[in-house]
Amino acid sequence: MKSLTEKLAILSDAAKYDASCASSGGAKRDSRDGKGVGSSGGSGICHAYAPDGRCISLLKILMTNFCIYDCAYCVNRVSSKVERARFSVEEVVRLTIEFYRRNYIEGLFLSSGIIRSSDDTMADMVRIAKTLREREGFRGYIHLKTIPDASPELIEEAGKYADRLSINIEMPTEAGLSQLAPEKSAKGIRRAMGEVRLRREASREVTHTGKRRAAFAPAGQSTQVIVGADAADDRDVLTQSANLYANYGLSRVYYSAFSPIPDASRMLPLKKPPLMREHRLYQADWLLRFYGFDVSEIASQGMLDLEVDPKTAWALAHREQFPVDVNRAAREMLLRVPGFGVKTVDRIVAARRRGAVRFEHLVAMGAVTKHAKPFITLPGWTARGLDDDALRARYAPAPEQLSLF
Amino acid sequence: MRQVVLPIIGTVAAWRTEARALAAEGIAPEHVIWHRGTAPPDLFAGDAPKGQGRSLTIPRAALAEIEAALCHSDPERFARAYRLVLRLNDGLVWGDRSDADIRRVMEQAKSVRRDIHKMHAFVRFREVPSEGRRAFAAWFEPEHHTVEAGTPFFAKRFGDMDWVIATPEITARFDGTLTFHETTAAARPPEDATEELWRTYYANIFNPARVMVRAMQSEMPKKYWKNLPEADLIPGLIRDADRRVAEMAAREAEEAPARRLAVARRMAVPERPVPTAGTLDALRAEAAACTRCPLHAPATQTVFGIGPADAEVMFVGEQPGDQEDLAGRPFVGPAGQIFDQEAEAAGLDRGRLYITNAVKHFKFAPRGKRRLHQKPNGSEIHACHTWLDQELALVKPKLIVAMGATALQALTGSGEGILKRRGQVERMEDGTPVLVTVHPSYLLRLPDPELAKAERRRFREDLEQAARLSRP
Repeated sequence: MKSLTEKLAILSDAAKYDASCASSGGAKRDSRDGKGVGSSGGSGICHAYAPDGRCISLLKILMTNFCIYDCAYCVNRVSSKVERARFSVEEVVRLTIEFYRRNYIEGLFLSSGIIRSSDDTMADMVRIAKTLREREGFRGYIHLKTIPDASPELIEEAGKYADRLSINIEMPTEAGLSQLAPEKSAKGIRRAMGEVRLRREASREVTHTGKRRAAFAPAGQSTQVIVGADAADDRDVLTQSANLYANYGLSRVYYSAFSPIPDASRMLPLKKPPLMREHRLYQADWLLRFYGFDVSEIASQGMLDLEVDPKTAWALAHREQFPVDVNRAAREMLLRVPGFGVKTVDRIVAARRRGAVRFEHLVAMGAVTKHAKPFITLPGWTARGLDDDALRARYAPAPEQLSLF
Repeated sequence: MRQVVLPIIGTVAAWRTEARALAAEGIAPEHVIWHRGTAPPDLFAGDAPKGQGRSLTIPRAALAEIEAALCHSDPERFARAYRLVLRLNDGLVWGDRSDADIRRVMEQAKSVRRDIHKMHAFVRFREVPSEGRRAFAAWFEPEHHTVEAGTPFFAKRFGDMDWVIATPEITARFDGTLTFHETTAAARPPEDATEELWRTYYANIFNPARVMVRAMQSEMPKKYWKNLPEADLIPGLIRDADRRVAEMAAREAEEAPARRLAVARRMAVPERPVPTAGTLDALRAEAAACTRCPLHAPATQTVFGIGPADAEVMFVGEQPGDQEDLAGRPFVGPAGQIFDQEAEAAGLDRGRLYITNAVKHFKFAPRGKRRLHQKPNGSEIHACHTWLDQELALVKPKLIVAMGATALQALTGSGEGILKRRGQVERMEDGTPVLVTVHPSYLLRLPDPELAKAERRRFREDLEQAARLSRP
């Protein structure tokens, strides 16, 4: 029989490949009434950072790492020799509450290997969430990973207790998924996402008697895709993301650079995780969601440029559209200027109603003028160097000597 | 010079009172010396010249920002804030970042908010003995004077326990009510047993294959480490990372025992009953895997027809929409609701109808978080025709109702001139009558309410005709 510490070591080790950490959004709750513990609904809080640079916001664990699936990229697949453990419902509840009371975490992110059947596994996870909410009066954040093919009744219950539901799409293409995860079905995963979206929308409508319905996953749903385990390129990845955002209203798509796992399947590349690629995908994802870019504009080459960020890469490739007159250009065009973020653009648009914005004002508005300079024109500054062949070199990192190892 | 001494506890509120009083007396900012706690003996102390007195009105947004900045550790903050409120009263516009005072206040407010955020993140409670409610204590060292502004958060979060957060200057206590006291002695509570579990978690959630120390330190600066129970693990985790990755690479995977794999496979893919060949259920299962045209890829699922196999009337629409694609059933979205209402009013029993679409996947263009409907083209209609043909062959309806041009095209070969053909009965090649009407979504798109009303009436008349024609 393993001790709680041993189980925690195994089941947090097994959970670390999930990138999601968000604890923001969702229903506003607190415990000022003194009858429970916890609060949520504000911006998320990262309570610690691990040396991998990832934030620790939630107790991210697997209920069990026993699994009957054989997904090649997963450390917990049935054919792996990794050590196995299983938490009881009480153990997860206790860890969550005790960690929470010491202010280590914002809540629980619970995932699981598939034991016996999808419904058995999902039922245990729902029981944990229910015990936390109903017996312990827990008002912190709960994120449940739903199990593909779990029954609609269990999903309904999960959405009642959890702030966020997620289901991982895992691979950028359907072909990649069926190759590496033979038991998973992309269509099944997408159907589950569609169902969650419909339930969320239904929960927001008032009943015919004018009452508000019970919230369903108020912080939305998210997903994760593993990058670098199959042959898909960045255009495949981003096309899928744009599709998922539009189809299922996802709050986030997380990208996880495939990272070597102990006892890995031979089908996979055992090399350093492509962290820069992952970073560029997140940047591109932001451009899709907040900057009005289209996948075809930023990933037309198939792969994103690793040396410069995708926004700068686009600007460098479309110099004929610059320089942009900061005082006259449409908001959509200002958003395309490297070094201008959404907040900066909003400040510029507000400020130029009061009078001309000058170059000296830009830093105070949050612009990175070093990056923006060649692409803008406004009082106090005239763009130059736009047709300079060396312009790209100003944004790309200095060439490094190759490491000998 | 006027000396103003602000208390250690309640500094911000006291500053507000003092600032109003000073303004009422008309005392200029350059004639005020601000202190917090105790005032040092000042050679130049004395009174200040009074000018025109006035009462202050400050925009709410500005005041919130100024009061946040007053928690900063900068000794100049009180004087700057007083100067700024007077200038704001004289017509300076709040929010203009090119003004040095405004910009400084905004920067300091931001830095204070960050410090508060870090307090919310990095306070670590330890359980202490108590009678009654559980009790916890923490020692924390903020960068700015953030205890009063930062601790109400903990009162909201930990409402059912007693807690103390002690800092070098002020101690916050909560026992149902939040109170502040000057700290008399530095008191770090003794370690508690759960800390070891937390350290276990911290060490194991770390992925040695992606060490990024700079990213960690920018968010969790070293100045906070001394009060974090997990921080002393960091050097060891970084040191061992490369070795652990190398070990992973060296340990080649072996195949699991064949028997275990076989058992798992059987459990993972549960047996589902196979529908009898030649039934609608079998056809539906077959269509679910359809990849005959590119529309299957971006869509969620095939939306097959629904209704009894012996239905007398078959309704054919264009294609599933957003809601139908998610639900997997035809005519459940806004157009489906119109259809339901009008069908019922026309005396049709929806449970007795077979309802399907000419194209079984939703065709759309993604726009942010929405999907814009697109009309299917000829080759997509053609690719999907096989399913419609087989539905017709199995259901053998006495009457088909074509709703909209796409359905009409799929059924009769031409969708031209639908508005002229509507209300008429045409024939399929095998002689089955096809009643022509518009698609209910057409009724949703009409901007003119009068026209919409009239068109809706005509739609109902068409459905009434369908009801008549279907009666034996």
